[in-house]
Amino acid sequence: MSLLNDLVNLNLCDVTEKVIAEYIWIGGSGMDMRSKARTLPGPESNPSKLPKWNYDGSSTEQATGDNSEVIIYPQAIFRDPFRRGRNMLVMCDTYTPTGDPIPTNKRFIADKIFSHPDVVAEEPWYGIEQEYTLFQKDTKWPLGWPVGGFPAPQGPYYCGVGSDKAFGRDIVDAHYKACLFAGINISGINGEVMPGQWEFQVGPVTGISSGDQVWMARYILERITEIAGAVLSFDPKPVLGDWNGAGAHTNYSTKSMRNDGGIEVINEAIEKLSKRHKEHIAAYGKGNERRLTGLHETADINTFSWGVANRGASVRVGRDTEKEGKGYFEDRRPSSNMDPYVVTSMIAETTILWKP
Amino acid sequence: MSLINSFIKFDLNETTRKSIAEYLWIGGSGKDLRSKARTLPEPVTDPAKLPLWNFDGSSTDQAPGDDSEVILRPQAVFRDPFRGGSNILVMCDTYTPAGDPIPTNKRFNADKIFNHPDVAAEEPWFGIEQEYTLLQKDTRWPLGWPVGGFPGPQGPYYCGVGADKSFGRDIVDAHYKACLYAGINISGINGEVMPAQWEFQVGPATGISAGDQLWVARYILERITEIAGVVLSFDPKPIPGDWNGAGAHTNYSTKSMRNDGGINVIRKAIEKLGLRHKQHIAAYGEGNDRRLTGRHETADINSFSWGVANRGASIRVGRDTEKAGKGYFEDRRPASNMDPYVVTSMIAETTILWKP
Repeated sequence: MSLLNDLVNLNLCDVTEKVIAEYIWIGGSGMDMRSKARTLPGPESNPSKLPKWNYDGSSTEQATGDNSEVIIYPQAIFRDPFRRGRNMLVMCDTYTPTGDPIPTNKRFIADKIFSHPDVVAEEPWYGIEQEYTLFQKDTKWPLGWPVGGFPAPQGPYYCGVGSDKAFGRDIVDAHYKACLFAGINISGINGEVMPGQWEFQVGPVTGISSGDQVWMARYILERITEIAGAVLSFDPKPVLGDWNGAGAHTNYSTKSMRNDGGIEVINEAIEKLSKRHKEHIAAYGKGNERRLTGLHETADINTFSWGVANRGASVRVGRDTEKEGKGYFEDRRPSSNMDPYVVTSMIAETTILWKP
Repeated sequence: MSLINSFIKFDLNETTRKSIAEYLWIGGSGKDLRSKARTLPEPVTDPAKLPLWNFDGSSTDQAPGDDSEVILRPQAVFRDPFRGGSNILVMCDTYTPAGDPIPTNKRFNADKIFNHPDVAAEEPWFGIEQEYTLLQKDTRWPLGWPVGGFPGPQGPYYCGVGADKSFGRDIVDAHYKACLYAGINISGINGEVMPAQWEFQVGPATGISAGDQLWVARYILERITEIAGVVLSFDPKPIPGDWNGAGAHTNYSTKSMRNDGGINVIRKAIEKLGLRHKQHIAAYGEGNDRRLTGRHETADINSFSWGVANRGASIRVGRDTEKAGKGYFEDRRPASNMDPYVVTSMIAETTILWKP
């Protein structure tokens, strides 16, 4: 196998100027990631200078067989942690041949919101806490759990260490470094309350870039679980019963919130969010009703609530922010399978643009 | 294993000027690749400067035992990604001692066609999309498929990522870099619709070079699957039923097609191909009737059709070409086990030389 790895890790820089670009897009379900690679004549750091490409949309439920081409537009470039050298990962979005975004392209609408002058002026920052669960490949049971049974109840696993408490750390640590290498602003990782569940955080990142980075981090994670032979799940409630679900808490601030007196702006923003609770919940991820029960550090899906340091509320304001009178707040409602383009732009739209 | 590997990777440059040349040829079935190595007194990059060689044709179904020598004539040189240094891979074709091409030597005829002044003037470019399937070594069942059963239906695998969707990526990625290192113009790779099926593309390559590069790319792939302990199959329909087959779609253009007004030249070329459909199909690979059914993104073997962006047609013209009024087209009929010397030269012959 080492001979195989030598070829996979071959450094082509001495032999050719050519670079390999892996083009990545979101498929027809809105959650499945797809990618394919092409050779480019030389390195490039500006996504608008990369060629547009296309793929067979009839194989991803995004086009019909007799009119199958879907066009992919490069939007963000990251260094490829798998091929290294000058090779790159390219986050793309999807269009018809006539230049219209296809229905599953949520980035397009988000980009319009983030380009609105009022939103631009507020420099919205996002920090997303992406939770996920690792599964054994053939049994579809969480990694480390006994097949046909359960581990001991939750308690020892949150930030735990030891082979009876932490399952899959090599995947998590490989992902952390791979994301840093790639240029993603990954700010941390931790083991979660349910064994086999983990979290990484991406941020603070401004505007549309937050969605790009979270999607790319998800892609890198699935490539790593592929290597490890484990299956990645973003299901919001992977195991029923007294086991935590998986969320994507979204921390948010605007320029006004970060400046003196920001706490007032935060209060107004939270009030606006409370008036659009149903609309946000509808866009915050499929299956969230199995997770947002009011138990297991969640707020019930039908009620909007907020509080300082309250993990049972829909929105939580940190004690730091309360003390300093400025800062950010955390929307705890999004589920792990949310689309970050949708969630980040909707929070910006409701709090900055929407008039109740 | 690591001691053996360190010998394999030994850099002889400090000890000797000698280099190793691996001579490659196509065996008696027209599909089996063979090779053996010899020491050269010093590095060579020009095939014309390499010595002729010979092999035991009675062991490859290419000569009788009492007159068994078949002569190897070097035709193209590539860097050896396995031995590194100044060592080379040499693509050869096969002759009798009297100097005539033996019956399985398809390159000879192809070369005559490509040297015809009318063909040479048109600078025919080819881009070949080589699909292939990876099989488990002892069961001959596709890699990653449960032995005695089937994976979930097609849908998630095309360009997919994750241990439950992508089987054998390390082989594919090792092959990509190995080919770039060797000097093959490999333009991309992607995971295919059937799980454990993959595709790489070679091109654009001009004339006879397309066949040389594709055969060496196939050789490199089979050397890599050998290292990985996996079996390589170019069968056009490896699994009957609702599973895609494997093709070798051949993209083609001439100088006239690439210039302004080329779309008319393209139409005429497609028309000529339509008039010789049966002859082409007979030369496009054994067993193609199991693959070209009219389903699974193929056109029925008995009818000739073409369309823009239509993956169910015999020939597809891309939207880019239609829009620009010039470009290239894709012959989707060849099977994965086609001989690129035969297919590329036949397309050139029919579209440039043949008068209906």
